[in-house]
Amino acid sequence: MDPKLKREIILEHYQNPVNRGLIDKEGYVRVNTRNSSCVDNIDMMVKIKDGVIEDARFDGEACAICTSATSIMIRSIIGKNIDQVDEIVCNFEKMINEEEYDDSVLQELNVYNDIYKQPSRKKCALLPFESIKKVINTK
Amino acid sequence: MNRDDFPIFNINKDLIYFDNGATTLKPQKVIDSMTEYYSSYTANAHRGDYDNSVEVDQKYEGVREKIKSFINADKSAEIVFTSGATNSLNMVVFGFMKNYLKDGDEVLITKSEHASNILPWMELANSVGIKVKFIKLDDDYSVTKENLLSAITPKTKVVSLAHITNVIGDIRDLEMIGKICKDKNLLFVVDAAQSIGHIRVDVKKYNIDFLAFSAHKMLGPTGTGVLYGKYELLDKLIPLSYGGGMNSFFESTGEVEYKELPWRLEAGTQNIAGVIGMGKALEYIENIGIENIHRYEVELKEYALKRFKDIPGLTIYNKTTPSGIIVFNVEKIFSQDLALYLNHYKICVRSGNHCAKILKEEIKATNTCRASFYFYNTKEEIDKMANVLENRGNIFDIIL
Repeated sequence: MDPKLKREIILEHYQNPVNRGLIDKEGYVRVNTRNSSCVDNIDMMVKIKDGVIEDARFDGEACAICTSATSIMIRSIIGKNIDQVDEIVCNFEKMINEEEYDDSVLQELNVYNDIYKQPSRKKCALLPFESIKKVINTK
Repeated sequence: MNRDDFPIFNINKDLIYFDNGATTLKPQKVIDSMTEYYSSYTANAHRGDYDNSVEVDQKYEGVREKIKSFINADKSAEIVFTSGATNSLNMVVFGFMKNYLKDGDEVLITKSEHASNILPWMELANSVGIKVKFIKLDDDYSVTKENLLSAITPKTKVVSLAHITNVIGDIRDLEMIGKICKDKNLLFVVDAAQSIGHIRVDVKKYNIDFLAFSAHKMLGPTGTGVLYGKYELLDKLIPLSYGGGMNSFFESTGEVEYKELPWRLEAGTQNIAGVIGMGKALEYIENIGIENIHRYEVELKEYALKRFKDIPGLTIYNKTTPSGIIVFNVEKIFSQDLALYLNHYKICVRSGNHCAKILKEEIKATNTCRASFYFYNTKEEIDKMANVLENRGNIFDIIL
């Protein structure tokens, strides 16, 4: 993907994130995830119905990479079932950790495919994936 | 000043190092002193009858003498070498306070302390039942006489504070606080990690009972530091480590006798090269003059405040504190993103919460950037940073 386009996508999601802001509604699993080294701090609320992610929202204080990754992840997982989400998480982690992965599963999340070059930012990109894993494990 | 003494500037030509609160750079003389120990007279301390070993002893104990004079302690036995300020504070809390304090006793700290002057006390609160209480900070985050006095209750036993705080950089009035502690019969523990290489620390003048600092924040090596304690108190500090170098004799019957201070508290082979390097660092600072260092740092800060004043969107949280630390944020940019952007121009600042995770309750900002100056920094470097902050329109092109 063209680096300029990648940057534009990340910036758009950082400045106008999807589903930012928590709401006071029943039926959501809520988790908080922090990045101990750089203080990214994200609250996420996810609604799962019949094994499918019906809604996901987030709020918190985080850097451009973490905020945008959370936004893009949320957009990627809504409407997917748990197995599909699991596949996304698994492939995203592989991509960040420079292992072989299936890029067709990740779609827009492929914008982070060179984040491994900045080791200090890997944790930022992975943070929302930690959150969604917690949600799935709570279920 | 003295930039030529720092080899890092020859190797990293454009480096602008503004993270001196985290660790300082090292002068060639300090590095050489440690290399020399490793290359020409390696030996253990206090163990041998041969020349090199005697030389090591003299150098190692010589540093103790130097530190004694530097902080105006009474006896060199009051100076214990440790692995750093964190280690020193943990020794105070778990070697002394754990036996001295009782359930319900109160220890006063503040919300701007470093984690190493908070977590050991919190741990003691869990195990012994002491109460950790926070002295209210003033509007400029300082500790005032009134706020200190109003925090003291009949149950207060200890006041434990940083001399200079690591985020805000305010300098505590140790003379005033020490006097109150003396009058009220409270123990006074001081974390001098951020002050030792910047302003004069005088344990007698300030009536300090325990003092902790690290070598690496005063031009010395990492992994080395000091615990000072008033002799009669330090003598009651129970060692947390047992082994070689700290015992006089032991028998299979279980009979044991430990050494005198300070060696009783230095079990195992110490960081000899580190101590030698710390001694050289101290010598280096004395040669420049610590008062000159402080004066110059304040001058740098004043200059930076002037340069940064008109940068749109820049907030500085500690304008009035008289030390070389500036804590700031730029609107709509997360502190870590800003630090990465500055890094692109080889400007090193720290972002995050700076190990003071509860200070956010006071300054209403969870994350900030911190630029901390030392005597080798220059006004030209500040100009460059101001310029980079002013022309930040390209920030996301750079960091993403």
